[in-house]
Amino acid sequence: MAASTQPAPTAAPIHAPEPVVKLRNAALRFGDRLLWDGLDLDIAPGEFLAVLGPNGSGKTTMLRTLMGLQELSSGTVNVAGKPATRGSRLVGTIPQQRSFDDNTPLRARDLVALGIDGHKWGIRLKRKAMRKRVDELLELVGATAYAERPVGVLSGGEQQRLRAAQALADNPRLLLCDEPLLSLDLHHQQAVSSLIHRQACDHGAAVVFVTHEINPILQYVDRVLYLAGGRFHVGTPEEVMRSEVLSELYGSPIEVFESNGRIVVVGMPETVNHAHPHQGA
Amino acid sequence: MDLSEIWGTVFSFEDYAEILPLVSNSLVAGALLGLVGGMIGIFVMLRDMAFAVHGIAELSFAGAAFALLIGSNVVFGSLVGSVLASLVLGLMGAAAKDRNSIIGVLMPFGLGLGILFLALYQGRSANKFGLLTGQIVAVDTVQLGLLAVCSVIVLVALVAMWRPLTFISVDPAVAAARGVPAGRLSVAFMVVLGLAVALSIQVVGALLVLSLLITPAAAAIRVATNPVVTVGLSVVFAMTSVVGGILLALAGSLPISPYVTTISFLIYLVCRLIAWSRDRVRHSETLAAQAA
Ligand SMILES: Nc1ncnc2c1ncn2[C@@H]1O[C@H](COP(=O)(O)OP(=O)(O)O)[C@@H](O)[C@H]1O
Ligand SMILES: [Mg+2]
Repeated sequence: MAASTQPAPTAAPIHAPEPVVKLRNAALRFGDRLLWDGLDLDIAPGEFLAVLGPNGSGKTTMLRTLMGLQELSSGTVNVAGKPATRGSRLVGTIPQQRSFDDNTPLRARDLVALGIDGHKWGIRLKRKAMRKRVDELLELVGATAYAERPVGVLSGGEQQRLRAAQALADNPRLLLCDEPLLSLDLHHQQAVSSLIHRQACDHGAAVVFVTHEINPILQYVDRVLYLAGGRFHVGTPEEVMRSEVLSELYGSPIEVFESNGRIVVVGMPETVNHAHPHQGA
Repeated sequence: MDLSEIWGTVFSFEDYAEILPLVSNSLVAGALLGLVGGMIGIFVMLRDMAFAVHGIAELSFAGAAFALLIGSNVVFGSLVGSVLASLVLGLMGAAAKDRNSIIGVLMPFGLGLGILFLALYQGRSANKFGLLTGQIVAVDTVQLGLLAVCSVIVLVALVAMWRPLTFISVDPAVAAARGVPAGRLSVAFMVVLGLAVALSIQVVGALLVLSLLITPAAAAIRVATNPVVTVGLSVVFAMTSVVGGILLALAGSLPISPYVTTISFLIYLVCRLIAWSRDRVRHSETLAAQAA
C-alpha cells in the first residue's frame, strides 16, 4: 500500500515551475526484494526533501536512481526535464561518508579541485584559475583554514564541508546528500545542514537529503519521503511523522511524540515486515 | 673470500672511465625507467596494488623465460606475459578482494612456468639469473629501443589518464556520480601497469620490481602532501635509485639490482625518519598550544 500526497502549497506555487525531479509510477526491485512501487513524486526548485527509512530500505538506491547509476524496474525518472543520466553537471552529490586514508597524498584544496575537473582527461593546465575557484568554494563552506592540510587528517565534519564544496561547484539544480550528518557532533550537524540549505535551496536548487535522524534538519525540511519495507509515504513532516503512518509503514505499533520542537519516535522495530504482494501489504 | 675481497667485488673504481661510455645507453634507459616507475608508483600506492605488481611480475618472468627458451626477444616475451596477466586481472578482478585471490592463484603458476622454461633452457646461466634479479647492462641496442618506446607509451598514457585516474582512485563515489568511467579506466591502467612492470623487470628483475614501482612513491608520500611535489619527489627518488644503481654496479662485478634496491630502501628510511621527526614536532606544538 502506497500513499502519496501533493506537494505542500509553499513548495508548489500556482505558477508551478518545472519540477527538478519527476518520478512517475516508479518501481524498483532486486530479485524478489521490492524497494518501492508506484512512486509518483515531483520535487520543485528550492525544495528540501528528506528521505528517511531503516537500513536497507533503499535510500541510497533512490539517490543512485536520480544520478542515473541505477535503472528503475519500471516507470520513469526525469531530472531537469530529461531522463536521469550519469555524470550530469546539473546534479551535485555528497556521498555516504567514507573517510580518507591517512597517507592520501591530497590536500583539502586538491580534493575540491578534483570535484570540479577530475572527470577531464590529462593533467590540470589552468592552475591559477582553478586555485581561485577552489578558494572561493572553500570560503563558501568555511574551510579556508584547513585548505592546505592533507585530507586524511581532517575530522569528519571538516571532510563533509569539503564534500559540500565539491557538490556545489557547478551550481547544481539538484543536490543529493547521503547521510551527510553521520558521525558528526551536534555543532557540525547544525553547521553542515544549514550550509546545505543556504547554498542550495536559497539558490533555487532542490535538495534530496538522506538521513537517519530528522531532528537536526527539521527546520529546513519541506517534505519527507519515508521508505520502509517496500512501502513509502510522502508528505510534510507533520503528515508523515505520525503514529498511524509509521505504524503502517513498519507494520508494527509505533508512537510518535513531539517535545520541544523535536520529534521522538518510540518502538521502532529492529527489522521491518517486508511488503510482499501475496501478503496483501 | 675475505672482507676486503668482498669489498672489491662490491666497489672497485679501476677502469671506471673506460667502462662509462659503453653504458651510456643503459643510463638513458635507466633514467627513463626511473621516470616511469616514479610516476606509476603513485597510482600503485593510491590504488593499493602492490600485490598486483608482484603477481604481474611473475607472469612477465614466465613470458621472458619462454622467449629465452625459444631464442626470441626477451623484452618482448616479458611484455607479452605482463600485458596478458594485467588484462586478466583488470577484466576479472574489479573488486580488490577478487583481485587478490586471482593474483594469489596466478602468481605461483607464473613462477612455476618460468622455472620450467629456464630448466629447459640450455644457454648461458647468467641470462637465467638476470630475469629474476636484473640485467640492464646486458640488454642489447634492439632491446633498449623497445624499452624506450614502451616507456614513452606508458608516460603518454599516464599523463592522459592522470586526473580521472586520480579521481576514481581517491574518491570513487563522487567520481562515479560525475560519470567517470571507472571500469574502463581501471582496465586501461592495468595494461599500462603491465607495461611498466615488464620494463622494470629489465632493470631489477622479476623479484625486485617493487623497489622501483612502490618504494620511491611510498617514500615521497611520507614527506609531501602537495600532489605535484609528491610526484616530483617520487620520480627523483626512482631515477636516483636506478641511475645510481647502474653507476655503482659498474664499479663492482655484481648485478645492479642490489644497488638499486639498497638506494631506494635508504631513501625510504630517510623519508620515514623525516616524517617521524616532523610529526613529533607537530605533536609537541599541539600539546604546548593546548597547555597555553
Ligand atoms: N545493485 C544491487 N543489486 C542487488 N541488490 C541491491 C543493489 N543495490 C542495492 N541493493 C539492495 O537494496 C537494498 C537497499 O539498499 P540501500 O539503498 O543501500 O539501503 P539504505 O541506503 O536505505 O540503507 C539493500 O537490501 C541492498 O542490498
Ligand atoms: Mg545508504
